[in-house]
Amino acid sequence: MAKTLLEVKDLRTYFYTEQGVVKAVDGVSYDLQEGETLGLVGESGCGKSVSALSIMRLVASPPGKVVGGQAIFDGQDLLALDDDEMRRIRGAKIAMIFQEPMTSLNPVLTIGRQVTEALELHMNMNKSSARERAVELIQLVGIPDAKVRLDTYPHQYSGGMRQRVMIAMALSCNPKLIIADEPTTALDVTIQAQVLEILKKLCVDFNTALIIITHNLGVVARYSDRVNVMYAGKLIEKGTSREIYANPRHPYTLGLLHSVPRLDSPRKEKLDPIEGAPPDLSSLPAGCAFRPRCRYAIERCAQEEPPLRPVGDGHLSACWVAETLGRKT
Amino acid sequence: MQNGHRGDVLLDVRGLKMYFPVTSGILFQKKVADIKAVDDISFFVRKGETLGLVGESGCGKTTTGRCVLQLYRPTEGEVVFEGVDLCKLKPRELRPIRRRMQMVFQDPYSSLNPRMSAGNIVGEPLIVHRLAKNRREYREQVAELFTVVGLNPYMADRFPHEFSGGQRQRIGVARALAVRPSLIVCDEPVSALDVSIQAQVINLLEELQEEFQLTYLFIAHDLSVVRHISDRVAVMYLGHIMEIAARAELYANPLHPYTKALLSAVPIPDPVVEETRERIILTGDVPSPLRPPPGCVFHTRCPIAIDECKAAVPELREVAPDHWVACIRV
Repeated sequence: MAKTLLEVKDLRTYFYTEQGVVKAVDGVSYDLQEGETLGLVGESGCGKSVSALSIMRLVASPPGKVVGGQAIFDGQDLLALDDDEMRRIRGAKIAMIFQEPMTSLNPVLTIGRQVTEALELHMNMNKSSARERAVELIQLVGIPDAKVRLDTYPHQYSGGMRQRVMIAMALSCNPKLIIADEPTTALDVTIQAQVLEILKKLCVDFNTALIIITHNLGVVARYSDRVNVMYAGKLIEKGTSREIYANPRHPYTLGLLHSVPRLDSPRKEKLDPIEGAPPDLSSLPAGCAFRPRCRYAIERCAQEEPPLRPVGDGHLSACWVAETLGRKT
Repeated sequence: MQNGHRGDVLLDVRGLKMYFPVTSGILFQKKVADIKAVDDISFFVRKGETLGLVGESGCGKTTTGRCVLQLYRPTEGEVVFEGVDLCKLKPRELRPIRRRMQMVFQDPYSSLNPRMSAGNIVGEPLIVHRLAKNRREYREQVAELFTVVGLNPYMADRFPHEFSGGQRQRIGVARALAVRPSLIVCDEPVSALDVSIQAQVINLLEELQEEFQLTYLFIAHDLSVVRHISDRVAVMYLGHIMEIAARAELYANPLHPYTKALLSAVPIPDPVVEETRERIILTGDVPSPLRPPPGCVFHTRCPIAIDECKAAVPELREVAPDHWVACIRV
């Protein structure tokens, strides 16, 4: 049994806005083993990015505030650290890859400067050894002419190349965990495939744990060991990816899987969408947040909020009717 | 080209080229180069069918759509719509024809005027083209359009910011339908929407097609969505069409190496399938359309390229009935 690397307990991040309190993350708990890849799936606005930013302590405050919970990483509660201690972890032990490779690199610094910065800061390297290491890293992510490319600027790189630079930067200090927030959403399919293959391969080589945040169910299927599905600020289903895809036990997961056309199965006459739209996080309905869109809802769903409960081997679902789901109605 | 079993053709594009000039200098702008966004493509769309146009960003698919609607005046070529070559018409002569072809845009946030109410957005084309005789008829038509796209007519007084992304896209569809067009160019109509909402909008587009006998040019990068909605599919790369075939044929029997790679790069939401699936991962990036490679534009990334590929641009030729490929190795 691998060692637990990260344990998030009852994380709550609220945003205090003029329209009221937005409960972006509301009681999320999960754990992550060393070297494991976890997929965090959900639609825009469900709180998946905010939950990651909370762990990294990067939520802008105000208006955001982590109001409760713990994130125990390697024996330390990240949420209780002071700013200096957190700065020593960020980039060194936990690295992050952002969605927009166009905006997450500094346009006025060379690629070399940006890659070596973390090395000098966290690994106490001098300039020349940091540069040597940077050349290695750039080669590792498959960018040719590494020595020349280090002296060029981000605008001289394509989107896929920039995302590779982000991967090189994330890996530079041998972190134990990389959080990739929609790492390929801005990229084309053929480039997406290249970048994800590299990211996954390097994480396996270095035994780095990886959290992939995405709305694309396909991405998660290929690369993650376990999957957490989020809806309206809460985790609504957890399990191994095999379990989740073969045997979804929450109407939302089931709906997501059914609403996307699949290339490997016969074309359907009609797509089967989830009706309605995601709820407003500042005024959630009572009971289950998914109830207004759910075709399996029973009376109990409107009154009591379903807790995450086991429905199979390592498989949890927050649904009152999880057991009978998907049987033809 | 592509004559014979064509059937009832609504839109016929022949030898379309769209070059954008690159200028340098501040006072006296000199043209220094051309961006060949679309470089000599031909295709047709039959009445009532959906032609899917797929490709990666920068391949010229949106430019093609805009050329069809004459939002860009093409550098060269013909766009024959309902028997008339639009490229030869003056702007004034084009205006009545614009009623027959409409567009649904990608971004439902920037394509609706935030200062107009939803009702006025949908109703504006009716006023421009004088399709409503009086105030009452105008209001009735707007209300009907709202109902047709699945919105409640009482929402007409709201402003775009009060709607969700999916609802905004429905407003965009209603606006396109207002003038009763025969052709709608859908430019990535669902890619800005959440997964659970995408299916709603796709189903709506299909229902409307049936109800109003619409013809779609459906531009998208998502191959699984294109397979679902299209009757025929054209694959574009760097301003050229690589392959055109009927939907079932293209997905079951892709011939061009680019189509194969593109299909294989799409992840499938099933870990069991993914574990055993071999994927073709292309190396490198799409070259710049400012300096496209000589010969076949795909040869720099092609796994089966030979020297001859660098020599000449391969012609789109018919290898099976209604299946066209631009590759000399096929």
